[in-house]
Amino acid sequence: MRLLRNLSKDKLAMTSLAVIVVIVAVGVFAPLCAPHDPEEVNMKLRYASSSWSYWLGNDHLGRCVLSRLIYGIRPSVLWVMVALMISVLVGAVVGFIAGYFKGKADAWIMRLCDVMLSFPGYVMTLAVVGILGAGLEHILIAFVVMKWAWFARVIRTSVMQFSEMEYVKFAKASGIGSFRIITKHIIPVTFADVAVIASGSMCSMMLQISGLSFLGLGIQAPHAEWGMMLNETREVMFSRPELMLAPGLAIVIVVSAFNFLSDALQVALDPKLMTSTSQGKLRKKEVGKAVYEYSRG
Amino acid sequence: MDMGSYIVKRILLAIPLLFVISFITFVLINLSPLDPAVVVLQAQEVPQITDELIAQTNEALGFDKPFVIQYVNWLMACMQFDFGSSYVSGEPVWSLIGPAFLNTLKLTLVSSVFIIGFSILLGVICAMREGKVVDKSVRGLSFVLTAMPSYWLAAIMIWTFSVKLDLLPTSGMDSLKSYILPVIVITVSYTGIYFRTVRSSMLSNMNEDYVLYGRASGLSERKVTLHILRNSLQVAVSIFCMAIPIVLGSTVVIENVFAWPGLGRLSVRSILNRDFPIIQAYVLILAVTFVLFNTISDVINAAMNPRLRKDL
Repeated sequence: MRLLRNLSKDKLAMTSLAVIVVIVAVGVFAPLCAPHDPEEVNMKLRYASSSWSYWLGNDHLGRCVLSRLIYGIRPSVLWVMVALMISVLVGAVVGFIAGYFKGKADAWIMRLCDVMLSFPGYVMTLAVVGILGAGLEHILIAFVVMKWAWFARVIRTSVMQFSEMEYVKFAKASGIGSFRIITKHIIPVTFADVAVIASGSMCSMMLQISGLSFLGLGIQAPHAEWGMMLNETREVMFSRPELMLAPGLAIVIVVSAFNFLSDALQVALDPKLMTSTSQGKLRKKEVGKAVYEYSRG
Repeated sequence: MDMGSYIVKRILLAIPLLFVISFITFVLINLSPLDPAVVVLQAQEVPQITDELIAQTNEALGFDKPFVIQYVNWLMACMQFDFGSSYVSGEPVWSLIGPAFLNTLKLTLVSSVFIIGFSILLGVICAMREGKVVDKSVRGLSFVLTAMPSYWLAAIMIWTFSVKLDLLPTSGMDSLKSYILPVIVITVSYTGIYFRTVRSSMLSNMNEDYVLYGRASGLSERKVTLHILRNSLQVAVSIFCMAIPIVLGSTVVIENVFAWPGLGRLSVRSILNRDFPIIQAYVLILAVTFVLFNTISDVINAAMNPRLRKDL
């Protein structure tokens, strides 16, 4: 994996990756890491400042802010990742079919992608939430519906480039089946492109999901989510502005980590393959375009 | 291909797309798990919803007609800016969405001017000093700034400038002063993305043969830079054209924080009220704007770069 080797030299990228891994681990093992029950109401501790048993203090219902932050990782980060993985999977299958078999399938799939991409992402997410009603799962559905087309396009372009490579042609000529060629030779090399776009799109998806929760269209009370927690502090914004700090910083740290990682991945992508052939250039353009569009879909 | 026939061809290509978009927008509403008649009656706060009442509403709003006829009727009406009436207030949708669209457009256009200005400035500076301290720090800062949720940044700004310093209004759209905070927040969120586009297209142009040739034939460094800039801006133009509808569609959160009387606030309120005609009109109008700007950006690009006209 040249990508990983290039990446491991970049200190900032490795730090970002470490931050992401730690956050994900804490989110998965939230019940073990959180000092209190995130939904336990204790009106005596309303707006209490930090103490030994409540490190980050308590919110308007006396709930432990730290525990809520930790449980908030699940909808804010983990579920977004799941939605992203599903979109990558759908996009990959569709993109592979288009890029590898070409012809009519390719033409139709690309036409469909063009239609999907002609809807502004944010507006479509709002539309889906508008139809199905507020809720985390509806936003996640909207993400998958909107994002697969990007992955399908980029994966198609890179599959097209790599299926023209000598070694793939050789494999085809020596009678190896399509499935084996795809899994053995093409998936590993297209993985790099997917990693770049996926890490870039994580940023926009996390910001969107927290924004929608902030507006009350996402996760519903009493569950913890970072955007939701910020929404809850809105009423006391003028008297207790410090309550906005913890959830806001949590979002900034995780999204920055994905930003830095995405940038480093882009640099670490094998530069020679991207510029030597005309298809390589097209691939670079597609990946670049997707990253920019994604950055704030 | 000359420019005139390119433009005609490009517009003809956009028309089927517009039909598909309108169809999807229409189908979306019909995908709702709720019976539209029930939604209407609930929105109007009818105390007891009977089967008879549902049948009456269905007839009055044309929900009992076949699907295709409903679509054609709706499309014909939309083309005349008649998007039906709000389920909640009964007002025509256009009278609500029209002024809101204008308010959002004002905010978007003012912000776009700043986004474009700062993106070009920062992009050029970073490209000229690639890998140096300036480049690295501006890029690093941009990653952190774009990672900020816009409503969080907005809240911090409101707290600092409106509450502590009492310089600017916290919300509303009363004077030019009301523009300052929302425009700053939008500009900060988007400049971080778009200046990277300018920077990377500057950098890829710097490696082109014409730069080497220009330097070899003794052009001054300033002139070479101007050539690079002109060519890089071609790429930037199309991206900026796309930025306008993207900003237009994503001012939702900002508008809600600053109580800006625009599309974003209207749409969120409609979603919470399940006011389907407004949601439908909102999606349709923004998607059409998106396609429109897409077409404009292609036309501008083709005007600047004749090679692109062959692709169509």
